[in-house]
Amino acid sequence: MNMLGYELLGKKPTRHGFGKGLVELGERYDNVVVLGGDITGSVMTSFFKERFPERFFSIGVAEQNATTIAVGLALSGKIPFFSSYSAFAAFRNADQLRISVCYNNVNVKIGGGHSGITVGPDGATHQSLEELSFLRTLPNMTLIVPCDYQEARKATIAAGEMIGPAYIRFGRSAVPMFTTEDTSFEIGKAQMLVDGNEVAIIATGLLVWEALTAADELQKRKGIKAKVINCSTIKPIDVKTITDAAIECGCIVTAEEHQVHGGLGGAIAEVVTKNYPVPIEFVGVKDSFGGSGEPEELMEKFGLTWKEIYSSALKAIERRDKGFIGYRKIKQVENFIDI
Amino acid sequence: MIVEFDDLTFDNRPRKAEEFAEIALKIRRDIIKSLVLAKSGHSGGPLGITDVMTVLYFGGFMHYDPKEPKWERRDRFVLSAGHLCPVLYSVLARAGFFPVEELKTLRKYGSRLQGHPGIDMNLPGLEASTGSLGQGISIAVGMALSDKYLDKNDRKVFTLTGDGEIQEGSVWEAAMSAGNFKLNNLCVIVDNNDCQIDGRVHEVMSIYPIDKKFEAFNFDVINIDGHDFSEIIDAFNQFNMNSKNQTGKPTAIIAKTFMGKGVSFMEDKYEWHGIPPNEEQAIQALKELV
Repeated sequence: MNMLGYELLGKKPTRHGFGKGLVELGERYDNVVVLGGDITGSVMTSFFKERFPERFFSIGVAEQNATTIAVGLALSGKIPFFSSYSAFAAFRNADQLRISVCYNNVNVKIGGGHSGITVGPDGATHQSLEELSFLRTLPNMTLIVPCDYQEARKATIAAGEMIGPAYIRFGRSAVPMFTTEDTSFEIGKAQMLVDGNEVAIIATGLLVWEALTAADELQKRKGIKAKVINCSTIKPIDVKTITDAAIECGCIVTAEEHQVHGGLGGAIAEVVTKNYPVPIEFVGVKDSFGGSGEPEELMEKFGLTWKEIYSSALKAIERRDKGFIGYRKIKQVENFIDI
Repeated sequence: MIVEFDDLTFDNRPRKAEEFAEIALKIRRDIIKSLVLAKSGHSGGPLGITDVMTVLYFGGFMHYDPKEPKWERRDRFVLSAGHLCPVLYSVLARAGFFPVEELKTLRKYGSRLQGHPGIDMNLPGLEASTGSLGQGISIAVGMALSDKYLDKNDRKVFTLTGDGEIQEGSVWEAAMSAGNFKLNNLCVIVDNNDCQIDGRVHEVMSIYPIDKKFEAFNFDVINIDGHDFSEIIDAFNQFNMNSKNQTGKPTAIIAKTFMGKGVSFMEDKYEWHGIPPNEEQAIQALKELV
């Protein structure tokens, strides 16, 4: 299958990319160490544990302690990675991330696994859909959401090589692979995957593949040329690429496996309203918890597939064409819309 | 109020109890002076733990070099109870890490002496930013882990926590891991003054018995009178011995202290946890601290 130049290269979970990236980092740097939070076989820190047992410490089910022990290691010249599920690696330890990691501004790297709705059957407790909103507000924090296996691998290595705190968000289920070892990756750089000038679809994580699908369908069905941007770094956000897309296309759709409030959509809205206001449609979870089910089923149920991106693109184009401000005025009275 | 600091510094070597008492007096006067100028901050805790801090920094128990604060063989101290920083700032200044005069800037805008310790201000001798309770002890565990298992050196890590702070559950996660990793190079000091903002610790939420809890997490526990210099000296000597035993345990020194020690109207009064003396009170306190 070839979609606008991108081929489906099979499926693999992003967590495997994280695990592989960690081993590569360990081979390159002696001071990379890993802290386990009991679920090492789920977040794939087990690869590192097997390869470098002397640089792996098992901390048990104690995320606050693991996060802060990592700070002590970082203050001793190490590059510690701690990984657990995002539900625990961004919230149970929220205070530790804020004060011990970010205020100390140390080289602590967090791998947030099993993120988003696609954890599936485990249900709402384990489906973290809020961490981007929180982590994005922490000074000094770098926040990366890789779109596939290879990008997860590269993001992990890049996070290890940069100075300062970083959080990498990845998922459990196998997701489409479409970037290769040669695809470039740079922290802070949003990547244009497909050029177009009628609507900009800015997506992150596994929604990037859905965005490509939506763009393909828009072209096939309506002849609409959509620009597709992979915004894998949520912080620092790539202001230039986003603003250029707003100027060129005049309307935007954001897409993320996360609450629409405060995550990628929020970040894009901040950039756009400040630099070049255009209509934005937000694809993501709409202020609700998840629930048990199979990943694909949940993606459908919570409106996280290419279909929502497709219809949102049409809506965004319509809003732009009717005149952004005028449209708002008319709509405001009868139907004021929260994102 | 005009407040002056002399620029006397002290070296770090074995001393007799009387010598420690003299230094501790100087530190207590610094605490009162810096707090009256700051017009906010914590008086009681810093005054209560002054004797222990004095022995730690000026008794030859901790290796450091004020001329080279980042000396790679130094022992490290993490103030888990970050609000006790007035005593740490004074001790660091009197050890020669920065000019004593700088104590005048406590809590002021742009000062390296932040209301709670912040390493973003690059204060020499300060190892970690702390202030949210229950975290510094885990940072110390991470440092001790790094020293013992990765760098395999003989550096030591000290951390000071309060008996109110140990109500935080994360403290016990840290204790569990220190025991688990047999961190013989780690010394946890608990300032046991039985005071916290809301009242007596045993009334707000009892954490007793403290010693048995640390023992249960495989610590070697030493109970001392935190104002008896010979007991403080013996405790740190015991830790030094423990630290040489690679298969051994981390050390917990439970120091029974009185909040506000040395100032009659503050002594053992939890109301002095989080407030500074006003000018009149400062004058009175300095009269007593001679």
